[in-house]
Amino acid sequence: MAVKTAVKEKEKERRAIITVRNLSVEYRTHRGIVKAVRNVSFDVYEGEILFLVGESGSGKSTLGFALMNLVPSPGYIKEGEIIYHLDGQDIELRKLPLEEQRLFRWKQVAMVFQSALNALNPVLRIWDQLYDTIQAHDPNITREEAYKKIKYLLSMVRLDADRVLKSYPHELSGGMRQRVMIAMALLLDPKILILDEPTTALDILTQKNIIELLKKIKRELGLTMIFITHDLSLAAELADRVAVMYAGKILELSDVYTIFYNPKHPYTYALIKTIPKLTSIDEELYPIPGSPPDMINLPPGCKFHPRCPYAKEICIEKEPEFEQAGPNHYVACHRWRELKFER
Amino acid sequence: MAHVIELKNVSMAFAVGGGIFGAKKFAKAVDNVNIHIDERQTLALVGESGCGKTTTGKIVAGLLKPTEGEVLYHGKNIWKMHRKEFNEYRKAVQIIHQDPYASLNPMLTIYKSLSAPLFKHKIVSTKEEAIDHVSKLLEMVGLTPPEDFIFKYPHQLSGGQRQRVVIARAISLNPKIIVADEPVSMIDVSMRLQILHLMKDLQQKLGVGYLFITHDLATGRYFASDGYTAVMYLGSIVEFGPTNKVILDPQHPYTKALLSAIPEPDPEKTRKKKVMKLRSLDVPSLLNVPSGCKFHPRCPFFIEGKCDKTPPGRYYLEKDRWVACYLYGDGGASESR
Repeated sequence: MAVKTAVKEKEKERRAIITVRNLSVEYRTHRGIVKAVRNVSFDVYEGEILFLVGESGSGKSTLGFALMNLVPSPGYIKEGEIIYHLDGQDIELRKLPLEEQRLFRWKQVAMVFQSALNALNPVLRIWDQLYDTIQAHDPNITREEAYKKIKYLLSMVRLDADRVLKSYPHELSGGMRQRVMIAMALLLDPKILILDEPTTALDILTQKNIIELLKKIKRELGLTMIFITHDLSLAAELADRVAVMYAGKILELSDVYTIFYNPKHPYTYALIKTIPKLTSIDEELYPIPGSPPDMINLPPGCKFHPRCPYAKEICIEKEPEFEQAGPNHYVACHRWRELKFER
Repeated sequence: MAHVIELKNVSMAFAVGGGIFGAKKFAKAVDNVNIHIDERQTLALVGESGCGKTTTGKIVAGLLKPTEGEVLYHGKNIWKMHRKEFNEYRKAVQIIHQDPYASLNPMLTIYKSLSAPLFKHKIVSTKEEAIDHVSKLLEMVGLTPPEDFIFKYPHQLSGGQRQRVVIARAISLNPKIIVADEPVSMIDVSMRLQILHLMKDLQQKLGVGYLFITHDLATGRYFASDGYTAVMYLGSIVEFGPTNKVILDPQHPYTKALLSAIPEPDPEKTRKKKVMKLRSLDVPSLLNVPSGCKFHPRCPFFIEGKCDKTPPGRYYLEKDRWVACYLYGDGGASESR
């Protein structure tokens, strides 16, 4: 397998559209405080598809909610900055008045959730939901203008507007509902789309269809997308860059080819070597020992050390910094300089 | 010799809706399925959600009585057995469910959950014996040292550890066959392979056969690499054969379409894949199953007047390898329905 070290695209000037610095998010529970996101810093570049990949409890969904300032109670952003760089302005969403925050969501950054059935109002026809959404943000829009826009977006997600608009959510299949949700998210021309496991509940052929659709949206609208998933294969298929999360931290962040062919973090490598492959049948797989940590009772030092075959004294004593390991490659491991992983 | 478990022309129809005035409709979740499983063997039953694979698993485990066809245990119809024989069969065929959070009683300690069937089937009679036996089971599934786990409650364990307890319960009565219904799909990625390896080890040690039900073809391919794979679509098996042949050289258009659409954890490989174009993306409802071959409204190789008329029979490509599709012939009359 040819190893790609360099980024495939030309190293053009990358402009950050979101900067996240030292972000920590916690949940207060009866057992104690869950540190779901711990001191995370990264940039999201304009026009890229950034994947947040992790297991349950890694903090990936919480991070997605935090970007929208919508962390569900009893969670809260403990500290840190999330700054959007839009229309020549630096906007810190959390500092805006609530009404402006509401306008900012949908209009600048929209979110698509895993369960489209729960996200749509079951007693409203699709037309009413889409029209209400447009109207709420643009009270002056005429019915005709709204219809034109809605029809265009539905055709973009390959839905027959005349049939779908008259339907209630339960009359549509899971794939159709998910496509309605994507059209709805695009309704107000957001610049950023956050997708949290948007294909998990769908069958394989529909999932493929949604992936192709997202590629098309990126191509035609130049949207920035943040895609949250536990499924590394989806990242391989769609990502420009991948952030691998574990126990509330990003352990490794780089372009998709580097993550898969030249990872520097033992967890990233272990994860790739533990997934059954469909067609590479001779590839040997290795289980990862142990379980992910209890988020209330985190181990000291590097949170992966109890499961890491390369752990040394220092890994138990100190949590590693998230440092630059190459052009556009960041890793949080004490031993990344010495370790070499072959694929 | 008779197979340990054999399904013969098994169908399962569920009554849907009706209410006070409406007419009842029937959804055929499983339609004329023939499979068999033996000790030490692995059969992967793969398909998308709603294709009837879980229903098939429940029929194999005797949890559902099919509306048509026979379920044979060593050649005997389980639904015509005497209670004593039926109990023997029940012991011999165990099931592992998908959700390790829901399949253990949260009010019971691991000891209570695991010892109950041992007492019921008179394998142990005193508490000392039971503790001893349960400890051995916990060791077998890698929960060591057992005293760290035996008196815990399910919520004190991780998903992977719970699934190990469920596996311990499944092997506690020395079964011959285990129906494993998506045993790793609700477990974190980093712990899945541990569970798959554990199940494989137990197969080596105990000689159990597995019916491994999954929607994840890569996992099915890995687990049943030395066994067989059956691909299910809308209640029917459309392709059957040795696992690596089915996955690497699929023949049925549905299997081909499915495999062409599955992303792989390798950016170069997966971005080069060409997805097969279907005539329709919509999966038909089980209440309104297409005539003839059920895949015909979506199939790019659809032959009008043939595929939409009668369901295709099995066309044998070689021994133990068949496909139900008119592209390969009309199917042997004796083999077809």
